Amino acid sequence: MERSKNDVWVGLFVIIGLAAILFLALKSANLLNLSFQPEYRIIAKFDNVGGLKPRAAVKSAGVVVGRVESIALDDKTFQARVTLALDSRYTFPKDSSLKILTSGLLGEQYIGIEAGADEKNLAAGDTIASTQSAVVLENLIGQFLYSKAAEGPNPQGSAPKK
Amino acid sequence: MSWYRPADVGFKARSVLADWGYGARLLMRLFMLFGASVRRFGLVRNQIHFLGNYSLAIITVSGLFVGFVLGLQGYYTLQRYGSSEALGLLVTLSLVRELGPVITALLFAGRAGASLTAEIGLMRAGEQITAMEMMAVDPVSRLLAPRFWGGVISMPLLAAVFSTVGVFGGYMVGVVLIGVDAGAFWSQMQGGVDVWKDVGNGIVKSVVFGVAVTFIALLQGFKAQPTPEGVSTATTRTVVISSLSVLGLDFILTVMMFSI
Repeated sequence: MERSKNDVWVGLFVIIGLAAILFLALKSANLLNLSFQPEYRIIAKFDNVGGLKPRAAVKSAGVVVGRVESIALDDKTFQARVTLALDSRYTFPKDSSLKILTSGLLGEQYIGIEAGADEKNLAAGDTIASTQSAVVLENLIGQFLYSKAAEGPNPQGSAPKK
Repeated sequence: MSWYRPADVGFKARSVLADWGYGARLLMRLFMLFGASVRRFGLVRNQIHFLGNYSLAIITVSGLFVGFVLGLQGYYTLQRYGSSEALGLLVTLSLVRELGPVITALLFAGRAGASLTAEIGLMRAGEQITAMEMMAVDPVSRLLAPRFWGGVISMPLLAAVFSTVGVFGGYMVGVVLIGVDAGAFWSQMQGGVDVWKDVGNGIVKSVVFGVAVTFIALLQGFKAQPTPEGVSTATTRTVVISSLSVLGLDFILTVMMFSI
């Protein structure tokens, strides 16, 4: 193929365009942090996952150690079956517990791992049973109203029962 | 045409169908000529130079100003809810998902599509296309296919440049001018933008728009009436039809990609 003086400019244009795509992928979407490091999967059963979504963060002491991979309903126990993909760099004791937490008042929900004291570590495919469900606002309000009603017809109502 | 005369209605329906069929067959041929265009890449390269390089200036400047405006307006709205740190996320998501591909395609239709139509239409009017057919040179593979693939290759690159420059525009206004925290600007962006779902779908969108705009421009030029009036009508139709179809396609693509 013959060469022409356009080659340089077209090449520059294509390089600029590809650099822009690369910038969007790496810098704004942060593909670099989306590590290609090996992961291992563990399963957790929750009574209620609330607003947890796939790809939500799994944090331990505030540090992201993995992602939620999938959420499904276990139709035998009627619990939510959440698959977590944890970074292989991190290992946790077998009796670690999971909590669904919210970042900020209205923020995204994520899973917090609290490390236990077992000497054996979680391995791929293990199931964590000690979980704490997401806080559902309607249930909280319901409990509050119920406990108010349980205080009974106390016209003074100033001294709360201990 | 009068709607109560069956012959008129029939003729109209037949000609509309024939137009669509002609367009669909031309599009099929252009897709199948991908290999031939790659083999004679010099022609495609010249078209990328003409369609892409020369559009770079208008795309960069518009992207910068769209980014400026997004930064200002986004900050104005977000600070009411006390979440001005999410400015980076707002600017990037709106650019990568919608504004980048769409505005690039609209500018491309005006800047490059119109000139493609005028070029092909004048070739038609000057009987150059007829002359090529006489010499047994296929005008579709020699004239249309390199332009088509040049446009399809240029569009995603231009859209990515637009979005990137726009992000920097938003950064300049938001962080440098207004004083949003730079770390929060980037980290909120990185937390909320997904590589495949947002950036990838934006690129898919701009490829689809590239096919639509370039194809409409070439089709209008190719079947233009061979008169000065016909070429000017075809150029106008190119800009109108491709802009409308970009906006329509954008809605359909957004519903398909992001409505989960």
